[in-house]
Amino acid sequence: MSRIQSVFQSLRASGRRALIPFITAGDPAPELTVPLMHALVDGGADIIELGVPFSDPMADGPTIQRASERALRNGMSLRKVLAQVADFRTRNADTPVVLMGYANPIEAMGVERFVFAASEAGVDGVLIVDYPPEECKTFAATLKASGLDPIFLLAPTSTEQRIRDVAQIGSGYIYYVSLKGVTGSGALDFNDVAARLPQIRHGVGMPVGVGFGIRDAESARRIGEVADAVVIGSRIIEEIENSPRDQAVARVKAFVEGVRGALDQIQGAPR
Amino acid sequence: MQTADKPYRFPDSHGHFGPYGGVFVAETLIPALDELNAAYEACRNNPAFMAEFEYELKHYVGRPSPIYHAKRWSDSLGGAQIYLKREDLNHTGAHKVNNCIGQALVARYMGKPRVIAETGAGQHGVATATVAARYGMECVVYMGAEDVKRQAANVYRMKLLGATVVPVESGSKTLKDALNEAMRDWVTNIHNTFYIIGTVAGPHPYPMMVRDFQAVIGKECLVQMPEMAGRQPDCVIACVGGGSNAMGIFHPYIDVPEVRLIGVEAYGEGLDSGRHAASLTGGTPGVLHGNRTYLLQSEDGQIIETHSISAGLDYPGVGPEHAWLKDSERAEYVGVTDQEALAAFHDLCHLEGIIPALESSHALAYAAKLAPTLPRDKILLVNLSGRGDKDMHTVAEKSGIQF
Ligand SMILES: Cc1ncc(COP(=O)(O)O)c(C=O)c1O
Repeated sequence: MSRIQSVFQSLRASGRRALIPFITAGDPAPELTVPLMHALVDGGADIIELGVPFSDPMADGPTIQRASERALRNGMSLRKVLAQVADFRTRNADTPVVLMGYANPIEAMGVERFVFAASEAGVDGVLIVDYPPEECKTFAATLKASGLDPIFLLAPTSTEQRIRDVAQIGSGYIYYVSLKGVTGSGALDFNDVAARLPQIRHGVGMPVGVGFGIRDAESARRIGEVADAVVIGSRIIEEIENSPRDQAVARVKAFVEGVRGALDQIQGAPR
Repeated sequence: MQTADKPYRFPDSHGHFGPYGGVFVAETLIPALDELNAAYEACRNNPAFMAEFEYELKHYVGRPSPIYHAKRWSDSLGGAQIYLKREDLNHTGAHKVNNCIGQALVARYMGKPRVIAETGAGQHGVATATVAARYGMECVVYMGAEDVKRQAANVYRMKLLGATVVPVESGSKTLKDALNEAMRDWVTNIHNTFYIIGTVAGPHPYPMMVRDFQAVIGKECLVQMPEMAGRQPDCVIACVGGGSNAMGIFHPYIDVPEVRLIGVEAYGEGLDSGRHAASLTGGTPGVLHGNRTYLLQSEDGQIIETHSISAGLDYPGVGPEHAWLKDSERAEYVGVTDQEALAAFHDLCHLEGIIPALESSHALAYAAKLAPTLPRDKILLVNLSGRGDKDMHTVAEKSGIQF
C-alpha cells in the first residue's frame, strides 16, 4: 500500500478528513521550504502538495503565479525541489508529499530520470496540471511502476467518460477542482460540490479531495462535510506573502492549525 | 527519418502531428476544447459557413491578394525570380485577419458574444478588435505590459476599434505571458467567451483550425502561380513566429513534392548570441501553451526570453505542425539576423516601392540569400505576410532617427 493510501485508510478508520496544504517550493526562500513543510505537518497536515515552480503557470491565478516567480528568482529548479523533499524525508518518514506542477520541467529532465529521482527523494504522488489522462498514459504507468501515485484533476464540467478515464489511470486520490477558473479565484459553490461529489467518488473509487477557492476554516469545514480531503493553496501563499520572513513558518502553522480544528469538528463519514 | 504520409493528413483526431501537438491543458479547459472541436467540425463541413467565410474574405479583407513579380529586386540580386504573395494588401495590413474572421464566425455560431485574444506587437490584437467591431462582439485583448509600452500606436488602434486592452504584468510581461493570461480568462469565462488564438499554436484544435483558415493563402497561390509564371514555384518561403502565415502558404503545397518549403526564423543578434527567437533551429521539444513542440528553454525546462527586432516573431515556441514538418523533413527551417532582415526591408522599399513588415522581411532576407545561388529561371515565392507601417518607429530608431 502506498503512503497516500495508508493515510486515507487510517483517517477513514478514525472518521477524519485529510488536510492537504499547498506551498510552492522555494517561496519565499529555498531555505524556508523544508521548515515550512514541517510546520504544515505540525499544524495538522496529512499530505503536502509541493508546487514545482514553472515560468508559465497557465492554470494558476495571481497568488500562485507570484509564488512561482519568487521561487524562480530564488534559483529554484525541479532538481532542487527533489533535494528539498529528500531533506524533508530525513526527519519525516510518514507524511506523503505530492509534487504539483507543469509538464515541461519534467520532460526537460526526462520522464524516466524524473520518476527515478522522485522515488529516490521520497515523493509519493505527482500531479501535472497540463497532463490530462489522454496525454500521459506512459508517464502515469511509469509512476505506478515505481510505486508513485499519478494524481488527476476533475472539474465540475467533467463528463462520465472522463471520470472513468481518470479512475483507470489515476491512483491515490482525485483532486476535484471546485470552481471554473484558475487557482485562487472566486468563491466556491458548496451546493454544487455537495451535489457532484457522491457521483464522482462513486465513479473513481478513490478518495476525493476538493480544492480551488477554500480560504478559511469555515469553508474548509463545509467542504469537509462532503469530501475526503480539503486542499488549500492560495490562502497559505498569501499568509507567507504577508508575513515578515522570520514569522512566516509560525504563521503558516497557526493558520493550518485553525483549519485542522474546524475539520476535526466534523462528525462521521463524508455525506 | 520519420516520413510524412502521402497524402498528407495531419493532425490525427486528437490533434497530434507525429509526437507534436495534442491537448496539454488542465482538466478545467477540456470541456471547452471539446465544445470548440465539435463546433469547428460542424462549421467546416457546413457549406453556408464556408460561403460566408469566403464572402467576408472577398468583400471585407479584399481577397484574393495578388501575387507580384518583384522584377527589379530579382534583377538586382541576379538569380532566381522572386514573386511576392501580397498579404500586406489585406484589410488591417497582414495575414492575421484571415484567421480572425474565421474564428469570429465560429464564435458567432457557438453563440459567444465575447472574444478575447493575446497579442505581442499588437497585429493580432488589432485584427481581432477589427472583426469584433465588424460582428458586434465585446473584445478584450491581453498584451504584455512591456509590449503595451513599446507598441503605443497599436494599443490606441485597438481602443479606437472598441476593444479593451489589458496589460499583463506577470512573468516576462511579453507575448507568452499574454497568452497565459488569455487562457486564464477563457477558463474563467467559458460560458460566454471565445478565445481567438493568433497563430497555429495552443491546444488542439487551434493549430489545425488556424492553419485551415490561413490555408486560403496557399490555395490562391496554387491557382495564381501558373497564371503568373506558367508553373508552380521551386521554393515557397515564409517567416515563422508562431507559424501561421507559413502554415497558411505551405499547407496546400505539402502534397506537391517538387516544391521546397522554407521557414525562416528570427536569429536576432545571431543564433550563437543566445539572443534570438529561433525555436525550431535553436530549441528543443517540450510542452507549452497546450501543445508539444520545439521551445526555447533552459536546461531546467523553464521557458526563456526571446529576442527579435520584429515583435511578431518574438515567441519562444512554434506551432506543432512546423515541428512535425521539420522532423519529417518536408520543410526546411533556417534563420536570418536582425541586420539581414533590416537590409532586405530597405531593399524592398527602394527597389519595389513596398514597405514590408519586419516579420516578412525575414522571409525576404532569406530569399535574397538564396536567389543569387540559383539560375534565373528558378522561381521563389515569398509570403509577404504584412506591411511595415507599424514598424516605422523601430526602423527609424535603428537608423538613429527620432520622430
Ligand atoms: C506581418 C506578420 N507576419 C508574421 C507574423 C508572425 O506570426 P506567424 O508566424 O503566426 O505568421 C506576424 C505576427 O504578429 C505579423 O504581424
